[in-house]
Order: sequence, then C-alpha cells, then structure tokens
Amino acid sequence: MSGSLVVSLADASSAAEVGGKGASLGDLARIGVRVPPGFVVTAGAFAESMAAIDGGGTFRAAIEALPAGDLALIGRTAADFRSRVVSAPLPPAVAAAIEAGYAELGGPAADVAVRSSATVEDSAEASFAGLQDTYLGVCGASSVLDHVRRCWASLYNDESVAYRRRLGMPETGVAMAVVVQRMVRPRAAGVMFTRSPVTGDRSVVAIEGTWGLGSALVSGDVTPDSFVISKITGEITGRRVSPKARLHSLTPNGPGVTVTDTPADLREAPCLTDDEIRALADAGRRVEAHQGAPQDIEWAILEEDASPDPAASAAPDPAASPDPAASPDPAASPDPPASPASPDPAASAAKRIVLLQSRPETVWAARAATPVAAPKPHAADHVLGLFGKPL
Amino acid sequence: MTEQQGFPLPSQIADVPGAENWRSMYQYFTRFQPDDDQRFWFYNSMHFPEPVPAFDTVTSEIPYQAIGANTARLFVFPTTLGIEHRIVNGRVYITANPVLDPAEIGRRAEVFGPRAGYYYEHWDSLYEGWKERMRGLIAEIEAVEVPPLSEWENDDVVFESRGVAQNHYLVENFNKSLALYSKMWHHHTEMLMLGYGAYVVFFQFCTQAFPEISDQTVARMVAGIDVIMYRPDDELRRLAQLAVDLGVDDLFVEGNVAADVLAALETRGEAGAKWLEAFDKARDPWFHVSSGDGFYHHHLSWNDDLTVPFTALPGYVASARAGKMPVRPTEQLIAERERIATGYRDLLTSDDERAAFDQMLGLCRLVFPFVEDHKFYCEHWFTTRFFQKIKEFGALLARFGVIAEADDVFHLHHTEIDAALSDVALAWAAGSPPLGGAHFPPIIAERKRMIKVLRDWSAPPALGPVPEALNDPAVRMLWGVTQERIEAWLNPSEDEVVGVAASAGVVEGIARVLQDVAEIGDLREGEILVCPVTAPSWAPVFAKIKAAVSDIGGSMSHAAIVAREYGMPAVVGTGDATKRIRTGDRIRVDGDRGTVRVLS
Repeated sequence: MSGSLVVSLADASSAAEVGGKGASLGDLARIGVRVPPGFVVTAGAFAESMAAIDGGGTFRAAIEALPAGDLALIGRTAADFRSRVVSAPLPPAVAAAIEAGYAELGGPAADVAVRSSATVEDSAEASFAGLQDTYLGVCGASSVLDHVRRCWASLYNDESVAYRRRLGMPETGVAMAVVVQRMVRPRAAGVMFTRSPVTGDRSVVAIEGTWGLGSALVSGDVTPDSFVISKITGEITGRRVSPKARLHSLTPNGPGVTVTDTPADLREAPCLTDDEIRALADAGRRVEAHQGAPQDIEWAILEEDASPDPAASAAPDPAASPDPAASPDPAASPDPPASPASPDPAASAAKRIVLLQSRPETVWAARAATPVAAPKPHAADHVLGLFGKPL
Repeated sequence: MTEQQGFPLPSQIADVPGAENWRSMYQYFTRFQPDDDQRFWFYNSMHFPEPVPAFDTVTSEIPYQAIGANTARLFVFPTTLGIEHRIVNGRVYITANPVLDPAEIGRRAEVFGPRAGYYYEHWDSLYEGWKERMRGLIAEIEAVEVPPLSEWENDDVVFESRGVAQNHYLVENFNKSLALYSKMWHHHTEMLMLGYGAYVVFFQFCTQAFPEISDQTVARMVAGIDVIMYRPDDELRRLAQLAVDLGVDDLFVEGNVAADVLAALETRGEAGAKWLEAFDKARDPWFHVSSGDGFYHHHLSWNDDLTVPFTALPGYVASARAGKMPVRPTEQLIAERERIATGYRDLLTSDDERAAFDQMLGLCRLVFPFVEDHKFYCEHWFTTRFFQKIKEFGALLARFGVIAEADDVFHLHHTEIDAALSDVALAWAAGSPPLGGAHFPPIIAERKRMIKVLRDWSAPPALGPVPEALNDPAVRMLWGVTQERIEAWLNPSEDEVVGVAASAGVVEGIARVLQDVAEIGDLREGEILVCPVTAPSWAPVFAKIKAAVSDIGGSMSHAAIVAREYGMPAVVGTGDATKRIRTGDRIRVDGDRGTVRVLS
C-alpha cells in the first residue's frame, strides 16, 4: 500500500487500498472503457481518520466485544459510533487531499457521486455496507467531505456490525474506501448482466434500462425496459418496453436527485436504440473477457449531442476497436431514424457509453454447473440416447 | 387447465354449412372416432394449409403409411410408433403414437441401436445409392404409359403374340403410378427420420447449454451452403447472363409471355438457338422445382408452368446488363456459419461438452445434405411428374366423357379413379359409352363447391385435451408444436400474427400477399412478402423483398433458410398470415420475436 490518501481512478488497482468498486473502475479505465473521471479516498485515509476519532481503538474494541445475540445493544452502540464518524472533523491532510481531488473534477460546484467501496472480500458484508452508500448529485467541497464520512459510517450499520459479530470478525480488519466521481447526465441508464440472470445463459447479455439516472431503476421506482441480445449473433432476442412513469435526474443548480413524472411521449418509448443495445453489449463483453467471468454492470448512455467531456477518461476511444462479432447486420436493424447529424449511429452509440460499475455476477456463478452432455464412442449414440428414453 | 380454456373435442366440430357432405370426399379410415376425443390432435397446417381435394388425400394417406412403417417397424424407434391422421372439414389433423412402457422401450431400443447406427455410419454412401434409386423411380413414373385406347390394337400386339389389350394397362398403369408414389415416400422417410433425429439431439443440446438460443441460430450452425435448392435460381441467373452475352436480352421484358419469348428466340439465328439449348439443359432437372411443397396437385413445377421463371428473368437480365448480378456470398456464409459455431463452442464450460458438441454438430452436417436435398427429388421432381401423370389419366377420362376436364380427376379419390378407369376399360371393350359420364360430373361439381366453402373454415389449431407435457422432439422439430405454441393457440393475440422467428431483424413496410408464386409479377421492389409457403421456385422473389412472412414452415424451412442468407427478417409458420394481412397493409415484421403487427 502506497499510503496515499487519495488516488485517481486511473491509478486505482489494489482492492485493499481502493476497495472493490474503486479497483474495478480503475480496471475498466485501463482496458479502454469509459468511466466518469474521479478519485478514490483510500483505506489509508479511512485509517487516518479513524485514528483521529478513535485513537486508542477503544470504541472499536467495545464493538468487537458486543455479544452477537444482543441486537438492541448492537443497535445502540453502532448508532453511537456512527454519529461520531459523521460528525468528527477530518484530519486536515485527509480533508485537503479530498478537496484537491474534488477541485480537479470541474470546479467548486461540480456534481459528483460519492460511493462506498468496501475493501473486504466478503460479498455479503459488502452488500450490507453498500445498502445506502451511494450519494448522487453531491455538490460543493464540504458536502463531499460529509458524504465521504457517511460512507465510512455505513460500515457501522446495525446489520453490518451484527453480521461481523455473528462471524466473530475482528473490527481492526474493517476498512472502507470511497469513490468520488463526476456525475454524468445520462439520457438513459441501467444495469446489464453478461449472462442471463433468468436462465444463466452465457451466450446472451441482458440489459435493463430507463430514462435518466439509473437510480430510478436501482431503487425500484420504475419497471425498466429490458432487452436480451445474443453475444454470438448480435441479434436482439428479447425486447420488453415498460411504461416508465418516473424519471430521476440531477437537480438543476443544486444538490441531489429530482424525481419527476416522465414526459408522456417518452413513457412508453424504448429508452435505447438497437445500436445502443449492441454497443452496450459490446462494452459488457469486453469487460467480461478482461475479467474472465460474467459481469454485473451499471451503465449510462449520454445524449447524442453531449460533449465528450463529462465522462472523459484517459481511456482510448472504445469505438476504435470494434468487435466484428457484435457488428450489427445492417439488414437486421429497423429502418434507421432520420439523423443526418450522425452518419454512423453504431459508432456514435459506442462513444456515448459510460460504465459506472462492474462486478462479477454471483448468483449463477455460485451454482454448480452440470455438464449438458459428454462425448460418446460414436456420434450416433447421442441420437440413440435421445430416442431410447421415454419422451 | 380448465375445460373452457382448452381446444374443442373432435366430436364437437360441426359440419360447415354448405359442405355437410364433405365426408363423401374422404375414406372411412380418416374419420374421427369417438375414442379420439381422449387424445390431443393438432392441425397439420404445415403440409395441408387448405382443404384437401379427394385425390390429394393421397399425400396424407401414403406418407403416413411410409413414416409410420419407418419409425415403428423398419428402424423400430424405441419411443415412437407412427403418426395417425384424421380429416375433418377437409383439414388434416395428426397425433403421434408414443411408446410409454419402459420395458417395451427397452425391447425396441435393442433393435433400433444397430439399425440406426448402420445408417449413420454409412450415411454418405447410402445417400449416393438413395439418389440412384430415386432417379430410377422418377424415370419410371415418367415412363408410365397412359394407354391411348385407340380404335384397334396395333399389329405388333398380334404379331408378337402379346395378347394383352390396352384396356388392361389402363388400370394396371394407374395403379403402378400409385405404387411408384408409395415407393417414393418409403424412400423419402428411409433416411429422413434419422436425419431429423440428428437435428433434434443437437437442438436439445444447444437449448440446454444455452437456454435462450433461438432455433434459427442453431439452424445457422447446421445449414449447408452447397445445397440443391439454390440450383433452380442459380440456373435462372446463368440464363439471364447468357441472354446478355448472346445479345438476345432485348426479348426479356417484364410482362412478356413465356411462349412468345421462346417463339421469338427461334427467329434469332445462332444466338437464339444457343440460348434455347442452354434453356433445355437447365430445364431438366432444375425446372422440376415445385411452386409449392408437393402436397397438392396444383403445386406445379416451373416446367409445368413457365410463368414463374419468365417473370423472374427480366429482373435478372437487367441486373446482368448492369453488371450487378446478385451472387450468393458463399464464402461469407461459410465463414459466418463457422464463426457462430465457434462462438457457442467457446462458451461451453468443459472439454467434454465441447467434444459432445463437435460430435452432434458433425452428425447434423453429415445428414444435412440429405435432409435438404431429398425435397427436390421427392416433393418436387417426382411429385410434380406424378401429378402430371395422374392428369394424363384425367385427360383420358375426359376424352371418354366420364369427367368434364382433365383436372377434375383430382376431385376423385384414387379408388374412385380406379373404378372410373374400369368403367372406361369395360366400355372400350364393349363398344359402348362408359356409364361414369352420368355418375361422376355431379359428384365432382358438388366437391368443387364444397372445397371452396371449406376454404373459409377457420380450422382450430388443435383438438382434444391439452397434454400435460409435450416433449416429443420430433413433433417440435417437424411441426414447431411446443408447449409455448399451444399456449399461443389458446390465447390468440388480436393485433399480432405470431409465428416462428426464422430470420432476425425488424423492418416495417408494405405487405404483398401472394397466394401463388405465379403472381410474382405483382410484387414491387421493397415490399414484404406474405405467402402460404415458399419453396425453391420462389427464390427469385427474395431478390426483391425486404422481409418474408409465411403461413407454413419452421426454422429449417425454405423461406427461413433463404431469408437468413439474404439477411432479411422472416416470420414463418404463422398459420394464417395470408388471411389476416392484406396487400397494401403497412406491417412490422419482427424476426427476432416471430411476430408480425399490422400498423395501418
């Protein structure tokens, strides 16, 4: 560990230092996938701040001594410690490093997302800590500092502490990094799985999306549009457009997210074009190939006329290395919408994709795969096997 | 599933008003029996999309004899006996007869294993022999003589002491024609059921390994590139190019009639003669391609009716003149096929799975040429010759006044034709007019009228109780009848025509409903073809359209395969697209989901 308090996303690689989310974003940036620019407040910064709050480790030792079964006591103790974490002043060096990182993201009023990035391997623990740990539309340096502390405090959620007590995990090993990223103002956003969440099929990418910020989908505020696309043929084999009643967007000139009714003409319109679906699947496959396992990805797609700046990263242009496997068959797409401004809608779609997060898919990966078939002495034996069984 | 949600029982089907006498057209052994109410039947709309004229029942009676014999008694498929068929209101319903007793299945499997194994092992050489036998049968059906019943026998019958008069051969040769047709069908099924078996295991493997893979994608991994069904269209393109090269291309103008073009070529000296020579060469056998799929007498071949090739020729001639003759991108297609197969293979999780995948795909590709090409020999070449031969017998009956015109013969069951020919044989011998002239014409008139009436009957897609599980892989493969399909039949969508997603993509456009390939002259560039079924003779159509929709067919059907090659969306096996869509409708064809929506 370098001991840096803050590292840029492009340099974020050690999960112990920048947490799982930070490391995966760093990975994405390094393989040429666009991610919103940002930085990570490291586990080192967390440790330094904890040292200021709980110098002798007394509080944390008290937490570690809590009986696993006494949920009421856990609740009281954890709440008390959380309030300390969110209110105690930060060590000046930590605050300065965060403020400097924030300043580089676009000035004193830049909108950023502040997200916790757990350093523990245990995914269940990570998901407790991650319950309420993403803050969108955070604006202004002091607010960023506040939200970093809130992320840290989420390590001491009642459920999180209770979980660690059940497993008898030491409190000293607990740390949390925090990712601070420039907000995107997406036209649409959502999640995608590089294998079917429904059937486990590894040959398809399943995409869910809605208009505006993906928080509408993640929070369950809308039933998203869903699409399924074949990795091999590029054919869109599933397409369900849902009425998307609510729209999440960044509050104009202010902090936070505003929830409004979706304009009537957009409600029942698909939030992605076929080119965008293909470009998303393509990006998902590149991440999957790099990580060597099916991925669970959060994505956003920018407006057609958006300047490339909001999501600029050091990464090369993803459209420069098209994957022939996913190149759409021109005859297979519907009549292209009249858009004289963009001569190549597929390339345009690829350029407007931003990934916000990627982690390994866990549900199907955890299931034992039963082999579908094994080779037989003669190929014809497969047929004999089929017709030899009751139908 | 509750009672009222199900399909009607066979016994609940009422006669169609105006066609109450439909039973007179069909044999007693095709009628629904009281016990049939206990079983699930589905309408074989794939092969019999319209009411079946009396003679054309031969295309169910004989194939089901052959298929059942092949699976139940020849190869002894362990889990399946034959297919039973019934006719009601002119429509053919079928059900598969499964073997359910495990002991019986085991007993059958012992016989099946070595027999099927022998065919797979020697597939290619057996197929070569098969082609020889099929060409032999075709030569035989063409050679069948319809006795002229001339006033007196020729001298040689006497001086070579043959002793047997022509009227004897009337009945014998008619029955010989039927016998040849039956043999053709036995050979048709000889290798086909095993061929489908190979498909079925590979489809099953793929859907287990990749639950969301579409049938069309599996089909794309299997599809061969060098198959006979492209030949007729290729020949047309060659002839178009030749017309340009020889300088006779000015004769190929849209709207011209075949006979006039051919007559004009006669006057064009050496160039015309050369073209006609090439034309004659191409016609045999490639113009023996049927405009349908060989299950009705009115499915004529290009040779029977030159309208189709001569409607397509002007377009190809124009392309040749412009140096823009469409060429099948064969290498690209082969590369695409390999890319898809490799893509899925790479996603498999173990070497064992990959080895099994290779075996099954290899087996499919081994059987593919037969599975595709047998149709040309059987349903096209042999069958169009067979129907023309029957029509010759019809012409003789017409000459003797038993029926009004040759085509009327197709409104008599083959046993009735047998009787009519006996009548003529007797009359010719006795020197009196046959009595059939007073007997058959009113019967035929009534049947023609009934067939017309029955055409408008909306046949239920299925009858009888819905089975708890429909896992029969052959039924799924051949007819596309799956649990989901049955659900869709039970809950038809008002504004959506649902079929098999046969070729990917979504397009909107103007529909052109063609009942017959002879109407292709009406088709405009960029329209969406909506038709009952397509066969290789429809190939020229695909150069003009941007999507295809058919009433009949599965993911391995002709329309599906050709549409994928052209990269255009296709939805096949809709059952009733030609009824629900009208020429001029603006429609959206979704080849990914298998739906067609009428927009306006």
